[in-house]
Amino acid sequence: MNYHWNWKIFWDLTPEGSGTYLHTLLVGLLWTLATALAAWVIALVLGVIVGVIRTTPRKWAGRFCNGYVELFRNIPLLVQMFLWFFVIPELLPKHLGDAIKQMPPPWASYVPAVLCLGFFTSARVAEQVRAGIQALPRGQRMAGTALGLTLPQTYRHVILPMTFRIILPPLTSEFLNIIKNSSVALTIGVVELTAAARAMQEFSFQVFEAFTGATILYILTNILVIYGMRWVERRVAIPGFIGPAVQAGGH
Amino acid sequence: MFGQFDFGVITRNLPYLIKVGMAFTIELTILVIVLGIVFGTLLAMMRLSSIKVLSAFATAYINLMRSVPLVLVIFWFYFLVPYIGAWIIRSPTPVRVGAFLSSVITYSMFEAAYYAEIMRAGIQSIPRGQVWAGYALGLNYWQTMARIVLPQAFRNMVPILLTQTIVMFQDTSLVYVLSITDFLGAASKIAERDGRYVEMYIFAAVVYFVICVVISFLVRRLQRRIAIIR
Amino acid sequence: MHTRKLPLLIAALMFVAAPAIAQELTGTLKKVKDSGTITIGYRDASIPFSYLDQNQKPIGYAMDICYKVVDAVKAKLKMPDIKIALNPVTSSTRIPLMANGTIDLECGSTTNNAERKKQVDFGMTYFVIKYRWVSKASDHMDTVDSLKGQTVVSTAGTTDIKALNELNTSKNMGMTVLSANDHPAAFLMVETGRAKAFLMDDILLSGLVANSKNPAEFHISKDSLGLEPYSLMMRRDDPEFKKVVDDAMTKLYKSGEIETIYKKWFESPIPPKGINLNIPISDALQKVFANPTDSPDPKVYE
Repeated sequence: MNYHWNWKIFWDLTPEGSGTYLHTLLVGLLWTLATALAAWVIALVLGVIVGVIRTTPRKWAGRFCNGYVELFRNIPLLVQMFLWFFVIPELLPKHLGDAIKQMPPPWASYVPAVLCLGFFTSARVAEQVRAGIQALPRGQRMAGTALGLTLPQTYRHVILPMTFRIILPPLTSEFLNIIKNSSVALTIGVVELTAAARAMQEFSFQVFEAFTGATILYILTNILVIYGMRWVERRVAIPGFIGPAVQAGGH
Repeated sequence: MFGQFDFGVITRNLPYLIKVGMAFTIELTILVIVLGIVFGTLLAMMRLSSIKVLSAFATAYINLMRSVPLVLVIFWFYFLVPYIGAWIIRSPTPVRVGAFLSSVITYSMFEAAYYAEIMRAGIQSIPRGQVWAGYALGLNYWQTMARIVLPQAFRNMVPILLTQTIVMFQDTSLVYVLSITDFLGAASKIAERDGRYVEMYIFAAVVYFVICVVISFLVRRLQRRIAIIR
Repeated sequence: MHTRKLPLLIAALMFVAAPAIAQELTGTLKKVKDSGTITIGYRDASIPFSYLDQNQKPIGYAMDICYKVVDAVKAKLKMPDIKIALNPVTSSTRIPLMANGTIDLECGSTTNNAERKKQVDFGMTYFVIKYRWVSKASDHMDTVDSLKGQTVVSTAGTTDIKALNELNTSKNMGMTVLSANDHPAAFLMVETGRAKAFLMDDILLSGLVANSKNPAEFHISKDSLGLEPYSLMMRRDDPEFKKVVDDAMTKLYKSGEIETIYKKWFESPIPPKGINLNIPISDALQKVFANPTDSPDPKVYE
């Protein structure tokens, strides 16, 4: 191949003089994780609320939540990113919009990125939660009612504990997705892992080394998450139940 | 609220947005559906194959593609494909691969990994007995696959394949990072030129939303019609 | 590469090189001849060098020079109907895309410097810029000191962002450096108040300001952070193609034709909005037109 490899580049100093290229990539990885984790909290909270409401008997609330899921599922993530970053501050009252835009960096791009990923993923989590609840035998809900539990109590003590165990595997893949999707935040200026690799490529001209470095870090992160989640699955497993593996597509 | 905005910028640039931008997005999507499903089916069959080398290769490929972000894969392929091309045709210099072809290759190779997993689940959903029945009838491996397993697997998997395709259609917008003019690229170029970010991005969001909702609706109808009743 | 294979490789190279002496084309010229196509990399918004007009066609000063070079390639190959393919590039994709053969000639606003010369090559200098920054006129940011502690943006993959980072460390400026995907995105950061200043080549800043919604709102600094030459970018180690490019550009400069092209883009109304940038030829550039050079060394131009 007509390309000059130089694997030692990772130990060279960057032009910023702040450290080696490897250091740049690792800082990028930290931003990837910081973005993904913060967004994941939003995604879980909103996703569970929306997913649960979709299975309650309240028709109008269910319809509203269906609309919520459709909205965030049917607009490309990149477009949503632009909406949060470019459009929303302009639609808010001027002083509020300016306050958002003038947040000290990197927060001015980090916050919209987290909100965007959080809401985007919450729609997908909501789908999993709904599917998980609907996969439970109807008898469980009836048993809750028969015991004299109110609807919230039935959810809290009967339905949700089972649902979470069932949907752990698809939630794991949603979490992996949010890590990968955080790379889209580079378009609004978050210097996460992919952006760090791109910057390394620009300054060192070693394109393939930079992207190989990032690829390896993504793979390691993936493996860690998968093993971590398997451990969690084993810890919370209820003897006698096998959670059905719900197929999760998407990226 | 929208007083300061000029939505006329959309109608003025509509021909460009549709003829250049949307045309690119749709051509790319269609080619990637075809190539992605072809490669994806092959990968799935390789992964399920009893030949160790094939299944190890397919497993590694699928896991690799599924662990890295599409944005990174887009950069990888845009820069790497010309060298691979040169290696294949034994050319001493890298081969020129244009932006469109490069995007087609990138998305096909990436989507193939996702399609392959869906296909594998589909193939595995067919009871083993059917394969044996095929062999018992004197069909060989390829005949059994083509006549018995795959047609049923496709039917089982069509809804998920189509959902994945809607995701892929949305993801084509990521060619933005290469400054390629797909639908979003066209919208963002006009947004940048005229300083009309709010109008163009809202318009882009509405267009993607309407297309995806309509297709999802059709998918659900199709799903009801083709479901195999057992 | 294993060193013990080196003698073998040299032998092989000599073997390959032998026919080349017999007037056979190599490198980009061979590629263009074989494919019948030359691919030009252009920029979306490097006004007035290489940018999209109302019909989204790339136009500009660098594009005009490039088309002259393509004419010379056609003449050299005796192929009048070579097709021109256009491929968009950004500051971060242009060098890898040149190296991997996607583009043959980049006509944008690319700085020629010694470091890049290790990766790619450049034709004759066609513009000389200074690094300056644009800010809101109300902020009065004219001196380097005024950047202290501020949020400053530049475009990813440019020499400017590198200079900005170097300034930040060497003079302990305490700036927050942001990187944007392309020039308009960086300019928007200043326009919307996300950054105080945008450090970029002064000429590009003039183009961006002139085409903004409200040009009076912005101010380009008096101070600058050094000077850099612009040129057409091509692949390295391709002396045949470089000679065609250099000769074509030298001819353009010597014949005075360049001044017409210059006037068209810098001293006349330009698309898309019919704004006249009104920037006369600088002394540094006048010197280059008189004595064409491809030197990456800023001192040559002072």
